[in-house]
Amino acid sequence: MEITAAPLNYLNNGHSLASWLLTKDHKRIAILYLLSITAFFFLGGFFALMIRLELLTPAADLFEPDTYNKLFTMHGVVMVFFFLIPSIPAVLGNFLLPIMIGAKDLAFPRINLLSWYIYVLGGLFTLVAAISGGVDTGWTFYAPYSTSASNSHVILAGVGIFITGFSSILTGLNFIVTTHRMRAPGMTWFRLPLFVWAHYATSLIMILGTPVVAITVLLVAVERGLHLGIFDPALGGDPILFQHLFWFYSHPAVYIMILPAMGVVAELVQAFSRKNIFGYTFVAFSSLAIAIIGFLVWGHHLFVAGQSTYAGLVFSIISMFVAIPSAVKVFNWTATIYKGSVSWDSPMLYAFGFIGLFTIGGLTGLFLATLGMDIHLHDTYFIIAHFHYVMVGGAIFGYLGGMHYWWPKITGRMYPEGWAKFAALNIFVGFNLTFFPQFVVGYLGMPRRYAMYAPEFQVYNVLSTAGATILGVGYLIPMIYFAWSLKHAPLAGDNPWGARGLEWEIPSPPPTENFAATPIVTEGTHQYAPSREVGIV
Amino acid sequence: MSEPHPGYQPPPVAIKPPPHGHVPHHPYLQHHFDSMAQQAEASTLGMWVFLVTEIMFFGGLFTAYLVYRHQSPLGFQEASHHLNIYWGAANTAILIISSLTMALAVRAAQTSQPVRTQITYLGYTMFLGLAFLGIKAIEYTDKFKDHIVPGPYFQWEGLYPKPAEQFYSLYFAMTGLHALHMVIGIGIMSVITFMAWRKTFDSDYYTPVEVAGLYWHFVDIVWIFLFPLLYLIGRHYHAG
Amino acid sequence: MYYAVFAALIVGTALTVAVAFVDLGAVNNILMLGIAMTKALLVVLFFMHVRWSTRLTWVVAASGFFWLLILFGLTMQDYMTRGWVDGTLR
Repeated sequence: MEITAAPLNYLNNGHSLASWLLTKDHKRIAILYLLSITAFFFLGGFFALMIRLELLTPAADLFEPDTYNKLFTMHGVVMVFFFLIPSIPAVLGNFLLPIMIGAKDLAFPRINLLSWYIYVLGGLFTLVAAISGGVDTGWTFYAPYSTSASNSHVILAGVGIFITGFSSILTGLNFIVTTHRMRAPGMTWFRLPLFVWAHYATSLIMILGTPVVAITVLLVAVERGLHLGIFDPALGGDPILFQHLFWFYSHPAVYIMILPAMGVVAELVQAFSRKNIFGYTFVAFSSLAIAIIGFLVWGHHLFVAGQSTYAGLVFSIISMFVAIPSAVKVFNWTATIYKGSVSWDSPMLYAFGFIGLFTIGGLTGLFLATLGMDIHLHDTYFIIAHFHYVMVGGAIFGYLGGMHYWWPKITGRMYPEGWAKFAALNIFVGFNLTFFPQFVVGYLGMPRRYAMYAPEFQVYNVLSTAGATILGVGYLIPMIYFAWSLKHAPLAGDNPWGARGLEWEIPSPPPTENFAATPIVTEGTHQYAPSREVGIV
Repeated sequence: MSEPHPGYQPPPVAIKPPPHGHVPHHPYLQHHFDSMAQQAEASTLGMWVFLVTEIMFFGGLFTAYLVYRHQSPLGFQEASHHLNIYWGAANTAILIISSLTMALAVRAAQTSQPVRTQITYLGYTMFLGLAFLGIKAIEYTDKFKDHIVPGPYFQWEGLYPKPAEQFYSLYFAMTGLHALHMVIGIGIMSVITFMAWRKTFDSDYYTPVEVAGLYWHFVDIVWIFLFPLLYLIGRHYHAG
Repeated sequence: MYYAVFAALIVGTALTVAVAFVDLGAVNNILMLGIAMTKALLVVLFFMHVRWSTRLTWVVAASGFFWLLILFGLTMQDYMTRGWVDGTLR
């Protein structure tokens, strides 16, 4: 069909199924991840819509309460472990990290492929658990309900999460070694793109935290299967220990989800304001600070669980410190935009959305980290709203922004910008309509995880369900135009945004080897206009 | 869209010619690395990072041990008396010897000693690993005979049946996970021995032996901590 | 040198078993864990070659133990402060 042979790139370099399934190319593995996490995203989204439909009315009229319990559990498990945690690192990180540091591939390409297969295997376990009747423990698997009381498929889902954990560990390991050992000549640590810094910090959490949750869910599975008395009080165990071990990982895990998105936003803000990041070193180190402090605060999930009052105080105080590096990031992005030459392309819309929504999500997090306040708000919809502002308004906005920004690089094609702007607006409106009422209704006292609620809360729930519908449509639109763009959209060229960074200096889509020859880096990779022209840096 | 944005500047990087286009590559150099040194550094760093995840993996169990020992110190003391300290000590010694032979195997590869020497040391290592598992099997059998395996058939004569059951839950979880690592280690060693037999390793290329050695030593270290924690602490109260 | 380290490890094992049979009060536990730490350190430094490795390897190895301490420390600061508030179990 094409008159001149297209230059060989990673997409047309082999078309057989085996050339994809046995590939060691980080870019192809990123595509494999993209397809699988998208499938899980829509599965999790389906569960979410079912939840919202049930909550349209105060009575449990669409589903039995038991079914509802399984719906919110599967929504949480699928979204957290199979979408949010791998989303940006495994897709955009896998694709871009080697290119951004001037390497031909990750340090361990075979382990990279292995991590995808492990992910798929863990996903299959969870799917089997879902199909054969589901799990009803909540995504947190709290003991002793998970170890003895629940008669749903906890072992299957637990093993699925255990397996997927190793996929995450291997990705983190690969990123760390790659960042240390594969940087191109001249690519010093302080010339690294902030995206790479964010992924380095994320990888630290992946390798230090994930093993702990792996052993914890494994112990739950073993306890159910073999009656070892680890967490069940009836067998002499301590359920609070489960919560400690679980949140030692699962609190830092929310930083696994948000840090890569912060890395994306740092890139977007620079590219679409035509300015260097304000305070590069601060932003780079704030990623590390978030990763490290994130490990010291898990006890704020246990304020009403029976942990000692003093431990609660300590965790409450340390939790406040996470706000500092987070605020550094928000302020520095804003300062970067200030007096920049801002263009309102669709990726930038997501970046703006991220900054606003993450700020709301982060500040409400401070409410919840305050010991006294949390007694009132614990296990209400306020919590649900808070972490969805961070996870959806933060992580998913970052992910979508990044996908739009790098889509021309990944596929070589542009997407219809008008539709993209419309979808971004749609998602923003839908998201706020879904989750803002939940802050209110949570503050008024509506508890989470029930199929029924008091009638006076209905108006907020109707608003929320309406928003969820808009949000759902908003997610479908990019799916459609991204798929359409593969064949029909105009070619993007190497650098459609006029952005900086090594990934924009190679062809789109990149060749299999990324670089014809190893690049030598002579200055920071994100030097936009010189600083005196913009006045502030 | 393909128009460069105003403010676009030329790329900041120079592309250099292929670094060593005519130098023949070492046969074991993978295409994405520039040099054997880079490849070796990446592999050892990778193993170290993996070992850190292993520390945290066992760390969950050690935390559980710490919490429960804190909650019922007397019960744990009583329970640990049923473990055979001599088997435990013997196994500790066996693992230490295996670590020595492992270190010597790495050294043999590193200094290009004959294949026979490399294989001998690796063989000793695997044999000692199997010996460890054999003793572990004897100990486990004794526990089954004495009905101190947690679960419906657990029986305990002492004053603290609940903490004892918990102690043995942790005992089996920790030593079981450790034994699993030993089995994996022996599996890795058999692959390494096969590679050594194929004359793979010399002073230019010995990364696989070295990396496998790191793993083996780590499993040894876990046992170095498990032995006093499970077998020894509190022993002296009945010693006299 | 490997043999010297090996001898030290075996002596340490013998010593720790011997200590287990002598009642020294709380010193018992400190000694046994101290010996275990020393043995582990010897293996890490010599058998695992950290003594001759890059600073990065030191940092990676140390961070593993540091994070283990975070896990132990912050968990135990809950369990060890239970019941500090009068009239409650918390």
